Amino acid sequence: MRVVTLTINDQLLSGRDDETILQVAKAHNIQIPTLCQLDGLSTWGGCRLCLVHIHGSDKLSPACVTKVTEGMVVETESERLNKYRHTIVEMLYTEGNHICSVCVSNNNCELQSTAQNLGIDHISLPYLYPSRTVDASHERFVFDPNRCILCTRCVRVCDEIEGAHTWDVAGRGINSHLITDLNEAWGESTSCTSCGKCVEVCPTGSLYEKGKAGGEMVKHAEFLTYIEEMRKNHK
Amino acid sequence: MGKEIIIDPVTRIEGHSKITIHLDDAGQVEQALFHVTQLRGFEKFVEGRPFHEMPSIMSRICGICPVSHLIASAKACDMLMSVRIPPVAAKLRRIINLAQIAQSHALSFFYLSSPDLLLGMDADISERSIVGVARANPSLARNGIKLRQIGQQIIEMLGGKRIHPGWVVAGGVNNPLSSEHRNQILAMLPEAITIADSMVSWFTNQLGRFKEEISVFANFPTLYMSLIGEHGELETYDGWLRLVNDHDTPVVDRLNPIDYKSIIDEAVTMHSYLKSPYYKPLGYPGGIYRVGPLARLHIASSCDTELADKSLAIFRQLDHKSSFHYHYARLIEIVYAFEKIQQLLNEKDILDDHARAHAEPNAHEGFGVAEAPRGTLMHHYRIDDNGLITYCDLMIATGHNNLAMNKGITQTAKHYIKDGSLSDGILNRIEAVIRTFDPCLSCSTHAFGAMPLHIQLMASDGTLLDETKR
Repeated sequence: MRVVTLTINDQLLSGRDDETILQVAKAHNIQIPTLCQLDGLSTWGGCRLCLVHIHGSDKLSPACVTKVTEGMVVETESERLNKYRHTIVEMLYTEGNHICSVCVSNNNCELQSTAQNLGIDHISLPYLYPSRTVDASHERFVFDPNRCILCTRCVRVCDEIEGAHTWDVAGRGINSHLITDLNEAWGESTSCTSCGKCVEVCPTGSLYEKGKAGGEMVKHAEFLTYIEEMRKNHK
Repeated sequence: MGKEIIIDPVTRIEGHSKITIHLDDAGQVEQALFHVTQLRGFEKFVEGRPFHEMPSIMSRICGICPVSHLIASAKACDMLMSVRIPPVAAKLRRIINLAQIAQSHALSFFYLSSPDLLLGMDADISERSIVGVARANPSLARNGIKLRQIGQQIIEMLGGKRIHPGWVVAGGVNNPLSSEHRNQILAMLPEAITIADSMVSWFTNQLGRFKEEISVFANFPTLYMSLIGEHGELETYDGWLRLVNDHDTPVVDRLNPIDYKSIIDEAVTMHSYLKSPYYKPLGYPGGIYRVGPLARLHIASSCDTELADKSLAIFRQLDHKSSFHYHYARLIEIVYAFEKIQQLLNEKDILDDHARAHAEPNAHEGFGVAEAPRGTLMHHYRIDDNGLITYCDLMIATGHNNLAMNKGITQTAKHYIKDGSLSDGILNRIEAVIRTFDPCLSCSTHAFGAMPLHIQLMASDGTLLDETKR
């Protein structure tokens, strides 16, 4: 491990060479939007909201998986990046059925706050209005696929932290969707330990506790960093 | 050759509608029809949703009376959970519903109907709005705005926001009342009650100007239906269903509202998306009945509050059959709502912390009822084993009045339209009949003032004979 110096948005910064652009930016209070990344879980780079521009490259790079290098010059804001991020969030809204006003996670939703931070006040793309069935078979939790953005946080936390691997993604492309076990009802899953970690890391109202009314579901994903620290200390 | 007169859209009501008036060969009115031209679809698209979401979804039906939908829906969910909610939760729900009745009535009377009542049915169209009222009688407009403001402020203090508060939930309310908010509401009420009572007095003195309208604005015998309390008093949150005839004699009494289908059925007409409920024993369309403030005050033995009961005694002297007196009943109910809120806020357990019961679904069927500003509102749900909605039936207050509204505009049109001749004042009177019922046809469409009015005179073969626009 060595320390490198780099420039992000005209600021000269330093970071470790095993850190990502996102980590260094976050450490210096530079906000880059993300939806799939979560401290304590492996990085996936799937949502593409954290794309940044690295000088010398025509391609945009995801900040969550790109390691910093010596002399790197990074732009996290530009008209081009803003346009991409707008489009990505609009597509997330149109792919599912997101009705914020009646959602259990209203005002406590990362998709909603990301859209607000980007200044999205309407959707310009046509809605797909997919027909998706709510799975309320679990004793304590509900899975509403209408609000799922396929960030796979639930898949990763269940596999990497709980070790149950109840959740996975089935299908391809636009037909990708979450399943429990071998595409069985969640309530009939034999691998689910009902720990609730998937619910806490879900950025939207897709996974939530039963009995919650509109706006009442508040998630607490910070437990992940505590677990991570405790496991490090036990090694 | 028959003709057809079309009023499209009907203005100063909540929602989208039009009226067609059909004339015979002699130019006399044969029939007038009230067409509701919008479809919402809530009963269908909530299928598959978890029942705990229902109150917040259902409140989105309406931006004027979201609280009544919240309450009827939450009560249906209470039944799905098979819980008895904490007593304070019922009281707090009752208060927020009363606040909503007050603000909605103030909107209807002052913003939508007072232009006709103060300036006259034939007043110049450019002045016939709340702005015109403010010019002609500033204190009247100010009073109306103040009454609505206080109602909305009470809703906000209880529910967190004025429109679509998410505070009423399955099992109770999601936050108890704070002593600070109780004191703030109590401090506002004396002014609200004084203003509302003075408006009843003002309107009592105006009734003499509207003798003709009173005699023909849906003035005919019908049944009336509303909830009543344990002792027959005015009730807006719970209680029994009572139907009375035009002599105020009960034809149905102390019926558990959940059994509504034993007395009510719904007819579907080709001219409107609004269904036409009717009283089963009298059949369709003979089983015509009215709901809302007029019905409630005909049915209740008392209001159980001091000033409202004094005005109720005057109300009892008025023509029982005329829908024009919806306006008067509305004003009395504003007084009642604020007085009742004052009573409830002074009850000793009103600040109790335990305001919500929690449970999973324990029954497959739930039913909730409340008196909305416009009348008796019913929500009826069924769920599967996992708590997902499989069936939803809504009986909305405005629907109950559909037959009476249609008959009412026919009566008024027959009285005023002679030989097919029209005037703006006549058309306004026909709209004003609808306004007496204060129908709520959608959630937030709320038009007043100079909305376009499009009138067409059609021959029976469809030829356009005459047309005016404003």
